[in-house]
Amino acid sequence: MSRKPFVRPVSKTGWYFKHPRYLRYMSREVTCIFIGALALLMVVALERLSQGPAVFDSFLAALTGPWSTLGLLLILVFAVHNATSWFNVTPKALPVQLGEEFLAGKYIVGAHYVVWGLTTLAVLWFAGVV
Amino acid sequence: MAKSNKPIFWSLFAAGGTLAAFLAPVLVLLFLLAALGHVPGILNYANLHAFAAHWLGKLALLGVIALFLWHAAHRLRCTLHDFGLRQDAMVAIVVYGVASVGTVLTVLYLIRI
Repeated sequence: MSRKPFVRPVSKTGWYFKHPRYLRYMSREVTCIFIGALALLMVVALERLSQGPAVFDSFLAALTGPWSTLGLLLILVFAVHNATSWFNVTPKALPVQLGEEFLAGKYIVGAHYVVWGLTTLAVLWFAGVV
Repeated sequence: MAKSNKPIFWSLFAAGGTLAAFLAPVLVLLFLLAALGHVPGILNYANLHAFAAHWLGKLALLGVIALFLWHAAHRLRCTLHDFGLRQDAMVAIVVYGVASVGTVLTVLYLIRI
């Protein structure tokens, strides 16, 4: 081994700008910020709910407005990104073996998208939207 | 072999990520509709209170909120490392701390409803 190995200088804070693949990786990782924000919003909603109708209605009123709409829209975009990136790797996480062969990835991914669509419809129906 | 607590946090991350993949988009869509002035039926006080008052509703809300929190906490711990923050022990205490407090508060609020 060389006594002075060459170490390529890599920025600790900006390395993911060096390659589109790294940027795509980081775009998947940062979805967690938005999932966490949604969870905290739900905790706040429960707290407001436990305080009675007047407090809860003012919470709903506080949701309206351009900034909270923009924030919720951002959460929606990253939540969808988390979903699609999560489902797209399911053939690696849940390979299905049929005898000697493996089930083609598109069926495993497709099954997840179908269940995702049905779940979304079921929640929208339960929530009284559709 | 050395014992590790990694499987616990990783399984919470994976379970929360899967649940978030299926449910987070539609849940935030409900809030977004409310923000746009079309409050979905479930977000009316009486309906949501009735849902959260039932033990099955409590279980669903706790499961979703807690798993989302622990998913986000574990992934954020790794992501902060990727952003160049190398104080992992401190980061772990903060992110898992927030997830713990959020979980406990959720239980308290659900008991109160």
